[in-house]
Amino acid sequence: MEFQIETQAGTGPVAGSEDQLLVPMDDVREHLVVVGNGMAGCRAVEELLARDGTRYRVTIFGAEPYVNYNRIMLSPVLAGEKTFEQIVINDRAWYDDNGIALIAGDPVTAIDRAAKSVTAQSGRTVHYDKLLIATGSDPFIIPVPGKDLPGVISFRDMKDVDTMVEAAGKGGDAVVIGGGLLGLEAAHGLTLRGMKVTVIHLMDTLMERQLDEAAGWLLKSALEGRGQTILTGANTAEIYGEGKVEGVRLKDGRHIPASLVVMAVGIRPSTALAREAGLAVNRGIQVDDHMVTSDADVLAVGECVEHDGNVYGLVAPLWDMCRSLADGLTDQHTGYKGSVTSTKLKVAGLDVFSAGDFSGGEGCEDIVLRDASRGVYKRVVVKDDRVIGAVLYGDTADGGWYFDLLKRGENVAEMRDLLIFGQAFAQGGGALDPKSAVAALSDDAEICGCNGVSKGQVVACIGKGACSLDAVRAGCKASASCGSCTGLVENLLAVVLGDDVQSGPKTMCKCTSFGHDDVRREIVAQDMRSIPEVMQKLHWSTPDGCSSCRPALNYYLLCALPGVYVDDQQSRFVNERMHANIQKDGTYSVVPRMWGGLTNPRELRAIADVVDKYDAPMVKVTGGQRLDIFGIKKEDLPAVWADLNAAGMVSGHAYGKSLRTVKTCVGSEWCRFGTQDSTGLGVKTERMTWGSWMPHKFKIAVSGCPRNCAEATIKDFGIVCVDSGYELHVGGNGGIHVRVTDFLCKVGTEQEALDYCAAFTQLYREEARYLERTAPWIERVGVDYVKQRIVEDDAGREALRARFLFSQQFMQDDPWALRAAGANSDLHQHLDPISIAAE
Amino acid sequence: MTDWIDIGTLADIPQRGARTVRISGEKEIAVFRTGDDRVFALVNECPHKKGPLSQGIVHGHSVACPLHNWNIALRTGEAQGADEGCTPTIAVRHESGRIWIARPAAMQAAA
Repeated sequence: MEFQIETQAGTGPVAGSEDQLLVPMDDVREHLVVVGNGMAGCRAVEELLARDGTRYRVTIFGAEPYVNYNRIMLSPVLAGEKTFEQIVINDRAWYDDNGIALIAGDPVTAIDRAAKSVTAQSGRTVHYDKLLIATGSDPFIIPVPGKDLPGVISFRDMKDVDTMVEAAGKGGDAVVIGGGLLGLEAAHGLTLRGMKVTVIHLMDTLMERQLDEAAGWLLKSALEGRGQTILTGANTAEIYGEGKVEGVRLKDGRHIPASLVVMAVGIRPSTALAREAGLAVNRGIQVDDHMVTSDADVLAVGECVEHDGNVYGLVAPLWDMCRSLADGLTDQHTGYKGSVTSTKLKVAGLDVFSAGDFSGGEGCEDIVLRDASRGVYKRVVVKDDRVIGAVLYGDTADGGWYFDLLKRGENVAEMRDLLIFGQAFAQGGGALDPKSAVAALSDDAEICGCNGVSKGQVVACIGKGACSLDAVRAGCKASASCGSCTGLVENLLAVVLGDDVQSGPKTMCKCTSFGHDDVRREIVAQDMRSIPEVMQKLHWSTPDGCSSCRPALNYYLLCALPGVYVDDQQSRFVNERMHANIQKDGTYSVVPRMWGGLTNPRELRAIADVVDKYDAPMVKVTGGQRLDIFGIKKEDLPAVWADLNAAGMVSGHAYGKSLRTVKTCVGSEWCRFGTQDSTGLGVKTERMTWGSWMPHKFKIAVSGCPRNCAEATIKDFGIVCVDSGYELHVGGNGGIHVRVTDFLCKVGTEQEALDYCAAFTQLYREEARYLERTAPWIERVGVDYVKQRIVEDDAGREALRARFLFSQQFMQDDPWALRAAGANSDLHQHLDPISIAAE
Repeated sequence: MTDWIDIGTLADIPQRGARTVRISGEKEIAVFRTGDDRVFALVNECPHKKGPLSQGIVHGHSVACPLHNWNIALRTGEAQGADEGCTPTIAVRHESGRIWIARPAAMQAAA
């Protein structure tokens, strides 16, 4: 008997000595050659063997010197949680037992379709009858300078893991470029191995393809809590180093030192081999429903293929593809119909799930459940009574159920109200009404986890006369902390009292069940630092709020965290974002500050020049003693501001929920009736208070005598000078409902007048609701309360004043100067069309 | 046949914000990017009093007009809630990292 000799490389974790595989010449079976010893290639062979174990002679080529292992499990290997042996799917015995020739560590470099053969790197050429390409994906390397430096690696195979483990042994800094699943897994593993890791992510949300913003924020917080530095919205400019990597420079100029850079920005189908062989390749190797390429004897499967326009980077579609492929190879064609994918992952030990379309949109309803104390976020997107998408964070137990509802397109109208609570609740015991579900709970069932309040205690509290949510919160603390049980308490109220429930205070907006005061209290109590954090911890029912709550939250955070909170421009009304007043035709008006209503020739010339230069159709003297330039286009605003800055003028904040003007009369310097230097005090007051953001607009005036020419008694804070000192007035308003101020007190010196002004302003900033002016605020809390805080409590007044002045350190940068210097230029410039393509 | 105009990348538009595009002879176009990185384009005029929608607060898949706070659905251009009116939409393609908008029909006819 003659033998044809093929060689076979070692199949252990290390490339071993070559032994020989003897193939009888009389083995006339068709030869199936598989290019790729990964999850897809081997799974396809497994499926084939399960259908017909003898039909094909099988040879598998692998680029890596290993047996078939589970690539998904590389992360636990990196993290030190598993060994390589533990992630092997098919060991050497499997190849032997099934008569499969494994040629590992010798990648195929060419396919000759005419000769029906493949050639590997070593020069070995093998004939095939059927060829299966399962080359998977290649890591995408971003084309930045330094990408080829030693120490810059990807995270795709066992070799990368070995490199990372070795680098981590030396400690130091690592940078991971890419905040997707792979990048975060690499960062997690490197952190566990003792490196100081910074993740650089181009987008604003981690794993933005799998997670919405809220879930991405939770993930970011959790990872930061483990010591990683996460930079989102960060664009890599270059990787630098002499001879080896030393760090990464971002486009914004920041440098991050690193002895190891892991590039994990994404993968792309590995198609070079197929392309060079002349097979039809688009994004991936094009296959039909039976995984056959443009050549009937060449098949392809896994991440390298494109089926019906789709390329998959997940493992689940691969199983379906391999089934269809094996069916086809054994003449029982079924056909692959594409996959609806879901992602259920543990990212760095944190549970994450997403499926379907969770981008929302017309006709979509978001059902959101946030349980801050458990770190859980769930969002189910329903359209036409059917689940079309879901994102789960922290508790993914029901992911499979939602995915099942989604795939089956089941009508969920019946269980709509309970859907978000999961399968056990929504389908349990036919209790389809939230009220009956609550009624069915036992008396010792816990309602409020934060304060350990049982249903029995809540019911008892209601029985003692609590007939509103607030009363229950006050009476037994249920729902008084994180608020996640608010719905349960409301349902209990409804069950016990029927129609006698009193509705609570008005909520901030439709996005939340909390009122303004609750939100502010919790922001401070829980030290919340961003809008997504507030929305998560306080169970917002919408993904990113609305035009009512976002500006309010932005203000509350800004007020609570001076110098720390980063203002969210997109949560500001147009005027505050553009630092000018929008007019009905879409142009803007510009009001430079005139301290205390004073001006000079230089300022007036600059204003006149701006009017000429930008062809402003109108200039008007405002009620606040300054000049308003109308008809400026948004793209001209930075240049206008630069011209005004050059003459020493800054923003007048005529557009903001902020300190507007300090109106003055001429006072003792000129006026024959003047008792004090009201103009000078007005200038000092404006210098102290300008730039401060407020719940609403805030106007001050200083009159030099009781004739009150500056109209101080219809201002938010008014000072009326008298011979013996300064009378202070608060809470006036000249708007729709004219309200004369309440008299606060009289002080003896200018400094006291300034101190009381600062303290009052801060009390208003801290305690009034957003968009509540001082007049309705004082009517709500009572002027006696304000007197008690400002006049009677010396220490309290001083603390308020100190907080105001501290906050002002961060507020008194002229926003115009920043914009004139180029900040936020995108807000002012149009996008230029770059090119036009017709099709 | 549609003319597609390359107007830049996703990063050129602020998240929960908008940029404007001017094409000569056409009404200004507002291109919006939502919190979940979807891109929509509308004529930059509110159906109510022609307020520049590009300057509004973008929330969910809606924008609140900066003049009178009408909420406009970004996908359809329709006013939400009790308000009635519709702003023309412009087709958007987001491919290979670039944003393309369809040239408005009126201009195509003239071209």
